[in-house]
Amino acid sequence: MSIGLEVRQLSKHYGAQRVVSDVSLSVPNGEFVCFLGPSGCGKTTLLRMIAGLEVPSAGRILMNHQDITDTPVHQRNFAMVFQALALFPFLNVEENIAYSLRFRTINAQQRHEMVRDLLALIRLPDIGQRRIDQLSGGQRQRVAIARALAQEPMLFLLDEPLSALDAKLRDHMQVELRQLQQKLHITTVLVTHDQREAMSLADTLVVMADGRIQQIGSPTQIYRQPANRFVASFIGRSNLIDAQVEDRWRVNVGRASIGPLSVPRDLPAGAGVTLAVRPEDVRVLTAGDTTPNCLPGRVTFVRDVGNEIELRIDCDGREIIAATSPAAWAALSSTIHGVGSIGVLLPPESCHLLSS
Amino acid sequence: MTRALRGTFLALLALFLSAPLIVVTGVSFNGNARMNFPPQHVSVIWYGNFFSDAGWRSAFTLSLVIAALSSLVALSIALPLAYAVWRHGSRAARALQALARISFLLPSVVVSIVFLVFWSAIGHAGHIEDTILSHAVVFVTLPLTTIGLGFQSIDPALIDAARTLGARDSEVLRTVIRPILLPYAICGLVFVFILSLNEYIIAYMVAGFEVETLPIKVFNNLRMGFTPTMCVGAVLFMLLGVLGFGVIALIGDLPKLLGGRSQGNG
Amino acid sequence: MKRARLSLLLLWPGLVTLSLTVVPVLLLLRISLAPQDPSAPWGTGVSSEAYASLLAADSLRSLGRSLELALSVALISLGAGFPLAYCITRMRRRVQVLWLVFLLATLTLSDVLIAFSWQVLLSKRIGLSKLLVALGLMDQPDSLAPSVGGVIGCLVYLVIPFTVLTLYPSLSQLDRGLIEAARTLGAPAWRSFTSVVIPLTRVPAVIAFVLSAVLTLGSFVPPLALGRPEHWPMSVLIGNAALAGHNLPRASAMSVLLLLVTALLAWGAAQTLRRRAA
Repeated sequence: MSIGLEVRQLSKHYGAQRVVSDVSLSVPNGEFVCFLGPSGCGKTTLLRMIAGLEVPSAGRILMNHQDITDTPVHQRNFAMVFQALALFPFLNVEENIAYSLRFRTINAQQRHEMVRDLLALIRLPDIGQRRIDQLSGGQRQRVAIARALAQEPMLFLLDEPLSALDAKLRDHMQVELRQLQQKLHITTVLVTHDQREAMSLADTLVVMADGRIQQIGSPTQIYRQPANRFVASFIGRSNLIDAQVEDRWRVNVGRASIGPLSVPRDLPAGAGVTLAVRPEDVRVLTAGDTTPNCLPGRVTFVRDVGNEIELRIDCDGREIIAATSPAAWAALSSTIHGVGSIGVLLPPESCHLLSS
Repeated sequence: MTRALRGTFLALLALFLSAPLIVVTGVSFNGNARMNFPPQHVSVIWYGNFFSDAGWRSAFTLSLVIAALSSLVALSIALPLAYAVWRHGSRAARALQALARISFLLPSVVVSIVFLVFWSAIGHAGHIEDTILSHAVVFVTLPLTTIGLGFQSIDPALIDAARTLGARDSEVLRTVIRPILLPYAICGLVFVFILSLNEYIIAYMVAGFEVETLPIKVFNNLRMGFTPTMCVGAVLFMLLGVLGFGVIALIGDLPKLLGGRSQGNG
Repeated sequence: MKRARLSLLLLWPGLVTLSLTVVPVLLLLRISLAPQDPSAPWGTGVSSEAYASLLAADSLRSLGRSLELALSVALISLGAGFPLAYCITRMRRRVQVLWLVFLLATLTLSDVLIAFSWQVLLSKRIGLSKLLVALGLMDQPDSLAPSVGGVIGCLVYLVIPFTVLTLYPSLSQLDRGLIEAARTLGAPAWRSFTSVVIPLTRVPAVIAFVLSAVLTLGSFVPPLALGRPEHWPMSVLIGNAALAGHNLPRASAMSVLLLLVTALLAWGAAQTLRRRAA
C-alpha cells in the first residue's frame, strides 16, 4: 500500500510546555489508525496539527508525498469530525451536509444529489429538512460524519467523536463507522482515550503518553507484546511483576523460576526486569503444587464480575490479579477450604519481558 | 415567603407598575377633551387627531427617524469594538469599550449638559445629527453588551469545523459568525431604537428647539395644559416598547440576554 | 498586519467615543470656569463665578434635596425590587419572559410620558384620589400633585425596573442547591432568604442601589412636573440654568458637582464592598 499521511518529527510547545514531542509516523492509504492515550497525552493536538488547526513548532506533515505543513486548513481537503460534533445550529441537516459544497463550483442539481447520496449512506434519507436540535445523539453523529465526507476528503480525522454517546449506542456507531470506512476505503485517523474503541476500530494503533509515541502496532501486537510498562498497563489489565534475570532463558520471581523465556542478550544475570502477564493468562492451582513456573499465594479478595471471577492474590508481598472462569473457581475453592492458599501459575508463553 | 404573601406582593407591584399606563390608555379613549377614567363615551377620536395633526405626526416621524439612525450608528460603533475585544482581546479595545459604557451610567442631566457644551463648542448645536450621535453614544453600551454576549456564545469548534470544511477566514465570518451574531445585533438595535425613541432630556438640550421629538412635544404641551392627544403619543410608545421587546423575546433568549440562566439550563 | 487591522477596526468607534465622551467632559470642566456672557453660550477668560454661586444657600439646599431624594428612592426601589427580582427568577420561564418584557417596556418608556401619566393618575378627577375617597382615606377628591410624595412615587416607578434588571442576573444564576441545603439544615423559608440569598447578592444589591441613586440624581422631568419649585433638586436647577437662564457656566459647574457626588457614591459603594469582603 502506498503511504498516504506522513508525519516527520513533529513537535508542538506552548512556551516551555511541550505538548507533542518529536512524533513521526506514517499511515498507508486506506488504513484506519487510532491515536490512543490518556487525556493530555497530546493526541488531540497532534490531530489538530494534521488538520491544520494548529501550527507545529517543528517538523513536517506530508500527504501523498507532498509537504502540506504550510497549507492553510481550508485548502487541505481533510475532513474532521469534532468531539462536540460542531454542527451548525443555524442550518438544517441538509444545509449542514452541503456546507463544504458552498466553496466549490457545483450546481444545485449536483449538490442536491450529493446530499441525498450522503443521507442514504448514513441511512437517514428523510431528515434533510430537520433542525439540528430535533435530532437524537446518534443521528447528530451520523450527520456530522456525512458533513465531513461531503467534501470527498483525502483524509478523515475524528476527534473522540463517540465520547458523548451512551455505551450501547457507542458500540453500535463503532461498527457503523468501521463499515463505512471500509466501504469508502478512506484513510482515517481517530483519536480516542477508550482502548476498547481503538482496538475494535483500528488497523494500527498509535499509543501516546506525555506527547510521545510509546508504541505503534496492530491491536494484537500492542496487546500481546507491549513495548513498555506504560503500554502494558494502559492497554487492558496487566500484572507487572518485578523479576531478576537468571540466565538467557529464565527469570526469578521471588524464589520461583519462570521459563523458558527469551531474555535479551545484553541483560546480565541478576539484572532487574519487569514481567508483564495478563490476568486472564494467569492460572490458579491447588496449593503446594510442584508444577514449574508456579508461585505460592493467598487469595485476599474475590470479585464476581459475571463472566469471570477476578482474584487478588498475595504472593509474598506481590499482588497478582488472576481472572478465571466461574467453573474453574468453583472447583478450586472447594479444595482450598477457605484457607485461601493456592498456587499461581505464570505460563511462560504468555509472559512478556519489559526492561525495567 | 408564603404563596399568598408572594402573590399579594406581586399583584401589588404589578398594579403599581401598570396603573399609570392603564389610566393613560383609558383617558386616550375618552369621547371628550376632559380627563375621565374610566373613559366616558369611548371613542378613538384622539387617535384620529394625533395622526391628522401635522405637528404630532411630524414629531412622531422625527422620533422614529432619529431612533432608527442612532441605533444604526450605535451598531456601527459596537460591532467593530466588540469584534476587536473578542478576536484580538487588545487592551486598547477593552479600554475603549469601558469608556463607551460610561455615559450611560452618569446622571442624565449631566450627560445632556456635556453634549450641549460639546455641540455648542463646535458651533453645531441644534441639528438632528447632534441628537442622533448623542443618542448613539449614550446607548451604545446596550449593543456592546448584547453583541459581546453573541461573540461569547460562539463555540470555537464551529469555526474550526467551518475551516476544515473549506471556508477561508472571510467565509467563516460570513457563514458562521454572521448568522450566530444576527439575533444579538438585532436585539442591540431594538434596545437603542426604543431608548432613543423615548429619550427626552438629551434631545431637548442638544437640539430641542429645532428638532422637536415626540417626548419633547409632549413635555412642551404638558406645560400648556392637558390634551388627550398626548395620551395617544404615550400609548403608541408603550405599544412600540412592548412590541420591540416582544420581538426580542421571540427571536432571542431574553433571560440570557439580560444575564440570567439560558433556556437550556433554566 | 494584525496591528493595522486592529487600528482600522477601532478607528470609527474610537473617533466617536473619544470625541463624545472625553472631549466634552474636558470642555465641561473648562466652561464651568468661564464667566457668563449673555450674548454667547459662555464668555472668554477664566472666572470662579459659577463655582462661587454654588455656595449660595439655595444651591446647597437643592443639593441636599437631590441627595435626600436619591437615597430615599434608591432605598424604596431596592426594598421592593429585590424581592420582585427574586420572585421573577423563581417563576416559570414563560411568565418570567412576560415580566421581563413588561419591565423592559416600562424601563424604556420616556420619563416625560411617565411623569405625564403620574400627573393624570394623581389629578383630582381621576384615579388615586377617587380610590382613596372610596376607601375612606380622603374626604373628597383632590389633586395629589404637585407633592414630594408624587415625585418620589414617580421616581420609584422609573427606577424599579433598573433595580430588578440589575439584580436579575445574579439572582437568576444563584445556586438553588444552596437554598435547598439551608432548608434541609432547618432554616425556614424566610431565613434561607436572609441567610443565603442576601449575602450572595450583596454586590449587585449595592450596585443596584448606587445605580438607582444616580438615576434619581440625573432626573429632570419628574421633579419638575410633579414637584413644587421648593422641591426641586439640583438636576432641575441645572436644566433650568442651561435652558431658561442661558447660564451655561453655572449649569456646567453644577454638573461637575453632580459628577463628583456620583463618583463619591461609587467610591463609597466600592469601599463598603471591599471592607465587607475583607
